[in-house]
Amino acid sequence: MIEAVGLTKRYGAKTAVYNLSFQVRPGTVTGFLGPNGSGKSTTMRMILGLDAPTSGHATIAGRPYRRLPNAPRQVGALLDAKAVHGGRSARQHLLSLAQLSGIPAGRVDEVLKVVGLQDVAGRRSQGFSLGMGQRLGIAAALLGDPQVLLFDEPVNGLDPEGILWVRNLMKQLASEGRTVFVSSHLMSEMALTAEHLIVIGRGQLLANMSVKDFISANSADFARVRTPDSAPEQREKLTAALGEAGGQITPEPDGALRVTGLPLPRISDLAHAAEVRLWELSPHQASLEEAYMRMTQGAVDYRSTADARAGLQETPAGYAPQGPGPQGFPGGPGYPAGQPGMPGQVPAGMPGPGHPNPYAQAPGAVPGPGQPPPGPAQGHPYGAPASYAAPHPYGQQPAAPMPPAAPFAPPAAPADQPTPHHEEAR
Amino acid sequence: MAALGQVIRSEWTKIRSVRSTVWTLGIAAVLTIALGMLICFLASNDFHSMPARQRLSFDATNISFSGMGLGQLAMIVFGVLVVSNEYSTGMIRASLAAVPQRGTFLFCKVLVATALVFAVGLATSFVAFFAGQAMLGDLRAHLGDPGVLRAVFGGGLYMTLIALFSMAVAVMLRSPMLSLGILMPFFFLISNILGNVSATRKVGRYLPDQAGSKIMQVVAPANSDVPYGPWGGLGIMIAWTVVALIGGYVLLRRRDA
Repeated sequence: MIEAVGLTKRYGAKTAVYNLSFQVRPGTVTGFLGPNGSGKSTTMRMILGLDAPTSGHATIAGRPYRRLPNAPRQVGALLDAKAVHGGRSARQHLLSLAQLSGIPAGRVDEVLKVVGLQDVAGRRSQGFSLGMGQRLGIAAALLGDPQVLLFDEPVNGLDPEGILWVRNLMKQLASEGRTVFVSSHLMSEMALTAEHLIVIGRGQLLANMSVKDFISANSADFARVRTPDSAPEQREKLTAALGEAGGQITPEPDGALRVTGLPLPRISDLAHAAEVRLWELSPHQASLEEAYMRMTQGAVDYRSTADARAGLQETPAGYAPQGPGPQGFPGGPGYPAGQPGMPGQVPAGMPGPGHPNPYAQAPGAVPGPGQPPPGPAQGHPYGAPASYAAPHPYGQQPAAPMPPAAPFAPPAAPADQPTPHHEEAR
Repeated sequence: MAALGQVIRSEWTKIRSVRSTVWTLGIAAVLTIALGMLICFLASNDFHSMPARQRLSFDATNISFSGMGLGQLAMIVFGVLVVSNEYSTGMIRASLAAVPQRGTFLFCKVLVATALVFAVGLATSFVAFFAGQAMLGDLRAHLGDPGVLRAVFGGGLYMTLIALFSMAVAVMLRSPMLSLGILMPFFFLISNILGNVSATRKVGRYLPDQAGSKIMQVVAPANSDVPYGPWGGLGIMIAWTVVALIGGYVLLRRRDA
């Protein structure tokens, strides 16, 4: 069991990790997720007693790492696959680590076999590929047959077969009752490997829950509804009816509607009552990757400006006129969190600079129904609005344009901001 | 608690499993011996054309250690690499995770490397002495002559201390480039310049290499006004090394790995 309590690490003015508290329990694989630079490695180093926290503390089995009796037999870690002297052979590298911890030399050949490096054990490790380096690092972590294991990005550089191997190894180690703490910046990988997730962004805890809960909380279901192409007035009718019933509707590029907040039978009933024929009514689930990106993006928005949040939480203009924004921050459920690229406000082909922020329409400016269907976001891998897929990994994009109506908008922001991406997509 | 024996064994594995160990120590020995022989050979040819004053202060023992000025540079490289390899590869994290007692780790690492350097240095010193004397012909000194054994033994100590000092500096600086970039020009150029310019000579003779090399002298140079003897000089060098080691230890304890 690993426990962090109020863990904080500052490097000068920069806060790498802030007030992080969590527990990693034995018997499951716990994924430690966050974008690059979010403080995952720093946290792991603090757990291992390598870096001293500015405040707070981390313990393993109730003790700080440095006060664990025979720590290397209790805790194994892979911190950096490249942390090997290139002139030293894999066997000698492991042997020196084994001797350091009083582990018999025979164990070296055992772990070399476990990771599949027995044939290259005598070769100097500078010729190793990144994948072989990862295997060597994993071998080092396994040396002491420890109950607690930490792996920092173990699948980096591995081929698909290697990734599968790591995934199964982690699960196997956990099933033996060990505590397995694996960091990654890949949600898709963690969704397959881990049972529990700890998500951080900019050094702060964003989520600490089981993968199952994470999925249900963050990737809200939605329904795709399609009305006959030949009858656009039916589409408008349905949109109005669903909106009145409390659903949030987002038009999709191909003319379908994406509906959240209403169960499928209810949508069918409403359509029936409104005498609208349906060509499609299908259940969908937003991908986990999308939820994760939105969550970590939010973590950064949290740090940049408040306006970005206001913009994100804006109720989709025009389609869900009633009620407040559906969104809690961060990582709140519900997916149309400020469907950014709302149609209509940004006529196609409009030049970018100086354009009013399309995310943060003042409620009064909400256009009525009958908006032309939007064009953006075609071909997005997750089918999400374009802004989620914006190539800004840290989400500056929503932070950039200021809502003109916001009284606390800092000056100088809007004028020279580039146009948001969904416009470029047109 | 990591036992000392475990850490020492591990450090020995580390040190013998990289090629730089053999290369640096080999070069140090070969350079010291070969250059010493060459200079002894030249000196024995020139002796009769030397002014009488210089002939009087001719130090047959010391001249056979003339190669040490270059040989010590390879020792510095060895000392720096032994320590900074850990940092440049990132292995230090694995090492310190295995041995959370950083003082123990540093002590064992330095102990193993120092023991190895001492063995190589002492052998080099004796070989350089005998080979040099063989070149000197009838000018030769004998091991039984007063002060000679001390000088030859001191040659080994000197090389050991140079390497140890370099290790300590590398613990403080961590980067091999930075450590070598400071130590090499310092011992090869700056120390010599300071020691040979009259204005700075008084300062220069308290630098570690200048003070320490006094141990290898049997005959004091003419009009020398150095205020310490051979052991005093070595003491100054030991003091430098101890201070550097303490600095390295304090930084290692306090710093994030």
